[in-house]
Amino acid sequence: MTAQEMPMPTLAPRTRRPPNWLEAWLGHDVYRTVKGLVTNPMSVAGMILLGLFIFIAAAAPMLAPPLPNADPYNIPRDGYGDVPKSPGTEWKSRQPPLPFWWKAVTGKDQWVHLMGTASGQWDIYYGVIWGTRTALFAGLTITLCGVLIGVTIGTLSAFYGGWVDMVFMRITDLFMAFPFLLTAMTLSAVLTPRLGKGLLAPMIALIVFSWTGFARLLRSDILSLREREYVLAARVIGVKDTRIMFRHILPNAIFPTLVLASMRIGSYAITFAGLSFMGIGAEVGFADWGQLLSFARDWMTQLREYWYIVMYPGVTLVLFVLSWNLVGDALRDVLDPRMQGSR
Amino acid sequence: MAEAVKTSDAPQEVLLHVEGLKKYFPIRRGVFQRHVGDVKAVDDVSFDVYRGETLGLVGESGCGKTTTGRTIIRIYEPTAGHVIFKDQDLAALRANEMREMRRSMQMIFQDPYASLNPRMSVLKIVGEPLEVFHLANKEERRERVAHLLQLVGLNPDFMVRYPHEFSGGQRQRIGLARSLALNPDLIICDEPISALDVSIQAQVVNLLEDLQQELGLTYIFIAHDLSMVRHISDRVAVMYLGKIVELTDRDTLYAKPLHPYTQALLSAIPVPDPVIEETRQRILLEGDLPSPANPPKGCNFSTRCPQVQDICEQEEPPFIEVEPGHLCACHFVKPAT
Repeated sequence: MTAQEMPMPTLAPRTRRPPNWLEAWLGHDVYRTVKGLVTNPMSVAGMILLGLFIFIAAAAPMLAPPLPNADPYNIPRDGYGDVPKSPGTEWKSRQPPLPFWWKAVTGKDQWVHLMGTASGQWDIYYGVIWGTRTALFAGLTITLCGVLIGVTIGTLSAFYGGWVDMVFMRITDLFMAFPFLLTAMTLSAVLTPRLGKGLLAPMIALIVFSWTGFARLLRSDILSLREREYVLAARVIGVKDTRIMFRHILPNAIFPTLVLASMRIGSYAITFAGLSFMGIGAEVGFADWGQLLSFARDWMTQLREYWYIVMYPGVTLVLFVLSWNLVGDALRDVLDPRMQGSR
Repeated sequence: MAEAVKTSDAPQEVLLHVEGLKKYFPIRRGVFQRHVGDVKAVDDVSFDVYRGETLGLVGESGCGKTTTGRTIIRIYEPTAGHVIFKDQDLAALRANEMREMRRSMQMIFQDPYASLNPRMSVLKIVGEPLEVFHLANKEERRERVAHLLQLVGLNPDFMVRYPHEFSGGQRQRIGLARSLALNPDLIICDEPISALDVSIQAQVVNLLEDLQQELGLTYIFIAHDLSMVRHISDRVAVMYLGKIVELTDRDTLYAKPLHPYTQALLSAIPVPDPVIEETRQRILLEGDLPSPANPPKGCNFSTRCPQVQDICEQEEPPFIEVEPGHLCACHFVKPAT
């Protein structure tokens, strides 16, 4: 009997379902991940929240139209008084244009402080709406840059091994040896006079100390995958090292790093807000949630009366972090090999 | 060291000649990674493989079978020795020269669940060797993969599927198709069936035999299942603690084992007859396999050998040809003169 005549009756494939067009287009693994994400209630909640934030960020000019000829990221202020005004108070001076939906919803011509004003008469509503852009921008940029640096260093370290690995990992240790928030604060404070007050200094400060976790995680995943049999098989076939790295190792090793990244976006946004809160982040009056919270500092003891100055930006911040964590958690569950059935 | 070991009278072409192959894994300790010793996984191994035959490589776990296979194909860099294949010493080739040689030497792995990249389709997996050597364009590759899948008894329509959709036996067939893609002469089978169900084992072994006949393949078949090795091998090498202790053709080995370790190993095979099984004499070895980082002085087997004498603990026995085509490394097995 020759091999061609081999009977193949017992070789039915395990799944009969043909891949649908979406699966064919996305590829099996991405499809399964996406499917896992949209069927998990927690991740759906997270994604709805996230969608809401993205909508708010995108629709900011409609939700809170800025003053003409003014930087929209500067929170408009209604006078200079110290005492916060409660939600619903009418604008007295320098009123920004009415959003088009305001009249339709309330039937009034008068724009009010929807969430009240903070100390210094900064409008909280404008801060929350435009601050969403700041939070998304800061969180995503910091994480993206951190992941890029971390992936580069982790990959080089694991790929070359030996003294390259040694040097890179000791550098990583060095960066990890300092408490994250303290060094980020210090660096931000040092950079601010050089780069000017604004988003750049605190973001660079956070990026500089954010990549270490990604580098270490990816390096360890690559090291464990490098001895897998399919990687050995690729070497036996004669696949070159760089191709092995990019085709066989990285696609399998990158997912834990991506999960970590998705969970870090929220925490970097909150850390960034923390820097702003302490006055070494965004400049005063810049639409940023940490900034808004710092306006509440003088009234902390009277929150029974002035609850809104903490409540609105605080709850927004919590929800923002929560949404990323929910999505990250679900992503981790979906990608966890133990939850994937046999493979 | 005996050169040509013949199984028949006709002179056979030596496809692979391994001589004095060693693979030591360094043990490093301390902050400065001081070299404190070696794990002697493969310690001075020599043998020939003839074109068209199957050489079985048996031994208990940790004896260096897998390392031998992987060192021959240069997944591990050999510490010493020569691997002569097609007039070239593989152990001395540079990485890019070795890459060319891989086209005629392939490997099948033990764990079919770990040896296929989970993120690549069967088409990509089986077609990758063709792709990296630029042997075929996309269309030809697809055709060739379909042909290869047919050859190993898989439906060519499966090529769009991913490894997790297949059973263990099917995956092993995919691995086999991948190793056949470059038309190799020699395939190192590293326990290709030990992770499979018994019923599937037979299928895969039969497939290997059919392919050998059809394509004129040569196998090095690494296994610990003695009955399976007996079924598939032409000649068998028995390894113990990084060394080959006995090497001869299958029938001689199973009928007349010379080395005490081979005798003990063979006596452990259960006989499927309760009457014989009850009265059968088994040689029970005492103690554990010594650490390959610290092998015993003299004969490696001296710590567990039932026939041990003083000389065994002093001198290492030479690996000599005891009778034509039968090599053994024991002080008390002398050539019949």
